[in-house]
Amino acid sequence: MKEKLVLIGNGMAGIRTLEELFKLEEADKYEITVFGDEPHPNYNRIMLSPVLAGEKTIDDIILNSHEWYAENCITLHTGDPVVEIDRVGRQVKSAAGKSVAYDRLLIATGSTPFIIPVPGSDLDGVIGFRDIKDVEIMLETASNYKKAVVIGGGLLGLEAANGLMKNGMDVTVVHLMDILMERQLDKPAANLLKASLEQKGMNFLMEAQTASIVGEKRVTGVKFAGGSNIDADLVVMAVGIRPSFALAEQAGIHCERGIVVNDTMQTFDPKIYAVGECVQHRGNCYGLVAPLFEQAKVCANHLAHLGYGRYEGSVTSTKLKVTGIDLFSAGEFNEEEGDETLVMQDPAQGVYKKLVIRDNQIKGAVMYGDTMDGTWYFQLLREGTDISGFRSTILFGQHDLGDAGHGDGARVANLSDDAEICGCNGVCKGDIVNAITTKGLFTLDEVRAHTKASASCGSCTGLVESILASTVGEGYSAAPSKKPMCGCTEHSHDEVIEAIQNEELKSMRQLFDYLNWKTPDGCASCRPALNYYLLARWPEEYQDDAQSRFINERAHGNIQKDGTYSVVPRMFGGLCTPKDLRAIADVCDKFDVPEMKVTGGQRIDLFGVKKEDLPPMWKDLSAAGFVSGHAYGKAMRTVKTCAGKTWCRFGTQNSTGLGVQLEELTWGSWMPHKFKLAVSGCPRNCAEATIKDFGVVCVDSGYELHVGGNGGIKVRVTDLLCRVETEEEVLEYCGAFTQLYREEAHYLERTAPWVERVGLNHIKACILEDEAGRKALHERFKLGQKYAQIDPWKARADGAEANEFTPIELAV
Amino acid sequence: MSEWIEVVELTQIPVLGSRVIKTRDMDIAVFRGSDDQVYAIRDACPHKNGPLSQGIMHGSSVTCPLHNWKIDLNSGEALGPDEGCANVFPARVEGGKVLLQLPQVEAVA
Repeated sequence: MKEKLVLIGNGMAGIRTLEELFKLEEADKYEITVFGDEPHPNYNRIMLSPVLAGEKTIDDIILNSHEWYAENCITLHTGDPVVEIDRVGRQVKSAAGKSVAYDRLLIATGSTPFIIPVPGSDLDGVIGFRDIKDVEIMLETASNYKKAVVIGGGLLGLEAANGLMKNGMDVTVVHLMDILMERQLDKPAANLLKASLEQKGMNFLMEAQTASIVGEKRVTGVKFAGGSNIDADLVVMAVGIRPSFALAEQAGIHCERGIVVNDTMQTFDPKIYAVGECVQHRGNCYGLVAPLFEQAKVCANHLAHLGYGRYEGSVTSTKLKVTGIDLFSAGEFNEEEGDETLVMQDPAQGVYKKLVIRDNQIKGAVMYGDTMDGTWYFQLLREGTDISGFRSTILFGQHDLGDAGHGDGARVANLSDDAEICGCNGVCKGDIVNAITTKGLFTLDEVRAHTKASASCGSCTGLVESILASTVGEGYSAAPSKKPMCGCTEHSHDEVIEAIQNEELKSMRQLFDYLNWKTPDGCASCRPALNYYLLARWPEEYQDDAQSRFINERAHGNIQKDGTYSVVPRMFGGLCTPKDLRAIADVCDKFDVPEMKVTGGQRIDLFGVKKEDLPPMWKDLSAAGFVSGHAYGKAMRTVKTCAGKTWCRFGTQNSTGLGVQLEELTWGSWMPHKFKLAVSGCPRNCAEATIKDFGVVCVDSGYELHVGGNGGIKVRVTDLLCRVETEEEVLEYCGAFTQLYREEAHYLERTAPWVERVGLNHIKACILEDEAGRKALHERFKLGQKYAQIDPWKARADGAEANEFTPIELAV
Repeated sequence: MSEWIEVVELTQIPVLGSRVIKTRDMDIAVFRGSDDQVYAIRDACPHKNGPLSQGIMHGSSVTCPLHNWKIDLNSGEALGPDEGCANVFPARVEGGKVLLQLPQVEAVA
C-alpha cells in the first residue's frame, strides 16, 4: 500500500523536491497529488524577466509539461488552491471542494509580492512582479499605455523596469534608498549600474518615499512624501516579498516570519514538511532559487526515508538578468570594522571589483563589468580558503601560467572539479564533466537535461559551454572507454598499431581485410594515419601510398588559401651562406615568388608558388644544394639554435653545431605529427628549447634534455628528461625518444599530449632505465632514416609522380 | 547538344587520385575510384573554393584539403552537416580513355 503525499504549491521549490525524490528512485513510495494556484504546469519563475524583456517565451520557461505529471503518475490540480489543512483528519480541502488525504504533506506555497499599503494601492494598473499573469498584464499595458513607474530599485524591480523599457514604455524607478540593489551592491558598484541603466534610457527617483497612488478607477500617478508627483499608467511594486504562510498558520503550525522548519525541513508537525520561500529556517527566509533547491534536496532525502540529509542554511550569490550588464555579488560585501577590502576600479572600462577579506578569507564580493571570476571567488568564500598565498594577484582573477590569450575556456579549465558552476542548481564543474564523459553529451541542451546546469536563470550558460568545449575537445584522454579511430572501424589507434605489429600487416589492403574495415577505402581521417603506422613499422618494406597523404605531403609544399603553395628549403640548424641566400633569391626571381618570409623556425618561406612550377623550382634548389624543409609534413620540421659559445658571451657549448648534427640525424623523418627541436647554448634559452618536442639546453657540465613541449594552441613547457655529458649521448637519447614517440603515439597526437597520456615515468623507463632498450630504439630510428632521408624534392624534380603536377589543358 | 570529349588515359590518373583539367572557363577535377569509376567535378569547393582535386578521395567522395568539407562526387553535394553543391559533369571510360561531357556555350552568330 503506497503512502499518500500531497504537495501544496506547484512552484519551483515543491516540484524540485519531487524531482529530487524521483532521482532517488523512491517515487514508488508515494501516491502523489499536487495542488497549484496558477493555471499553468510548473514553470521557471526566475525566467519571467527574460520573458518580459522579450528574450524568451512562456513556452520556453515551462519546466515540466502536463505529460511529465502524467508519466510520473502525479495527480495535478491547477487553478485550485488548498484552503484548509485538517491535521487531525490528515487531509486537505481545496477551493473547488476537493478533499485529499495525506500521510505526509509538503507545503511549498512560496511568497507574494509586498504591496505597500498606501492609499490607491488597490487601483487597476497596480501590480506586483511574481507570476505569468503579472507579465501578461505588463505586456498588455505596454501596448496601450506609455508611462510606467516601478517602485523598488532592487533586483526584481530593475529587471521589471528593463523589461517594460524593452516593451517601449517610459520607465521611472522609484527607490527609497540612495543605493540601487543595496542588499547586493555597495555604493560604487551601484553607481556604475545606475549610470549604465540611465544610458539605456531608464529614469531614477532616488530617496523617494511613496505617499499614495493617484487615480479614479485606474492609476494615473504616484505622489511622494515631499509633495512632488509623477504621472503613471502602470505601477509595479517590487519592494520585497512576503512568505505565504496563512494556510499553515490557520492549521496551527508554528510560524514566525515564515513557516518555521528544522534542518530536515520538517515543521512543528513532523508529518508536515515545508520548503521554499514560505519557510523560515534558522531565522532566515530566502528569496533566491539556490537555497530553495538545496532545501528540496534535503526534503526529498527525508521523504525517501533516507534520513541523513541536513540543510544548514545557504550563502547566496546574485547576478542581475539584464542583458549587457554584468554584475555579481555574494556574501558580506559591505566591510565591517577590522575587515580589509581589496578594490579594483577602472571607470573608463566600467569595471569594478571589491573583495571583503577577514582573517585572510573572502567574506564577500561585489563585481561589476567583469564577473568572470565570480564563480571562483564564490568558491573561495564558501570553502573559507586562506588566500594569503595569492592575495597580491587575486583581483586579477584565476590566471595560470600559459593561459595567455585563451580567455574563458582556459579559466574554466583551471577551475577545480568542486567549483560551483550553476548557482541555481548547485551543479559543480565535476558533475558536468562527469555527465559529458560518461553519457557522451555534445550539446548544451543535453547538459541541461542531464545535470540541470544552466537550466534555471541561465547566467552560467557561457561557463557551461566552455566546459563542454574543453571536455569534448580533450578527445582521447577524456574518453573513458575505447574510441574508434573513425567511422570506418570499431578499432582504436592502439589496437591498429598492435595489429600491424603482431599480425605483420604490411599493406593497407591487408589491414582493411584483417580488421574488417567498414568502408572500401577508408576515409580522409584514417588513411593518412594507417599510411603512417605502416611506414613507421615497416620502413624497409612498406610501399608509401601518396593518395593516403594530405596534399601538403603529396605535393611537398604548404597549400595556401588561394590554392598556391609555399616552399621552405632546409637550412640545417638555421645556418646559411651568402651563396645559399643568392640561390634562394635567384629562384624567387625566376619563379616570380610574390612573398618571402623568415619563419619562427629560422627558415625562409617562399609563398605563392603555382603547383606546376614546383618541380622546376625544386630542381634549381636541389642544384644549389638544398633539400626539402618538410615544413608541410607530419614530420621533423626544424632544429632551432642560438649563437652558442663560438660567438655568445654566455654560451657554454657549441649549440649551433649540435643543432646541425641533430638536424642531420632527424631530417626527413615522418612523425605522428609535426615535430620540432631546439638547442640553446645556455639557460637563457634563446632558442626556446623548453617549448619544443625535443629541446636541449646546454650547461657548463653538459646537456639538459627536455621533452614534450609545445608552443602551439595550448602552450606546454617541456618536462626535463635527464642530463647527459656528451654530444654522442644527446644524439642517442634524441633518436631513442623520437623513435619511441613514432612507435607509440597516435597519429596527429603531438608529443605534449602523448607525454601527458603515457606519463613521463613510462618514457623514463624506456629511455633512462633500459639502456639496451634505448640503444635498440636509436638503432630502429637510424634504420628508418636510411629510407626516409631521400629528398622528395629532388625525386619530383627528376620526374617522380609527374602527373601530380601536370594539368591537362583542353581547348574548350 | 554537348559532346563527349576525350581528356586523358585512365592510367594517367592515380587510383583514388585526380587530375586537373584546365578548360577556358574553369578547372575540372577528374577522379578515379578504386573500382576505376571516374568522376568529374568543378575544382572548387562550395565552401571557400578549395581545390577539390588536391583532396583525399575515398569511396565516391572527396574531402576538401582546405577545411575538410566532404563532397559527394556523384551529385556534387556537400555531405554531413555542411550544405553546398559543386557542379558535376558526366564522365565515363571507353577503351581506356576518360571521356567528359562538358557544357558548351552556344556559338553566337
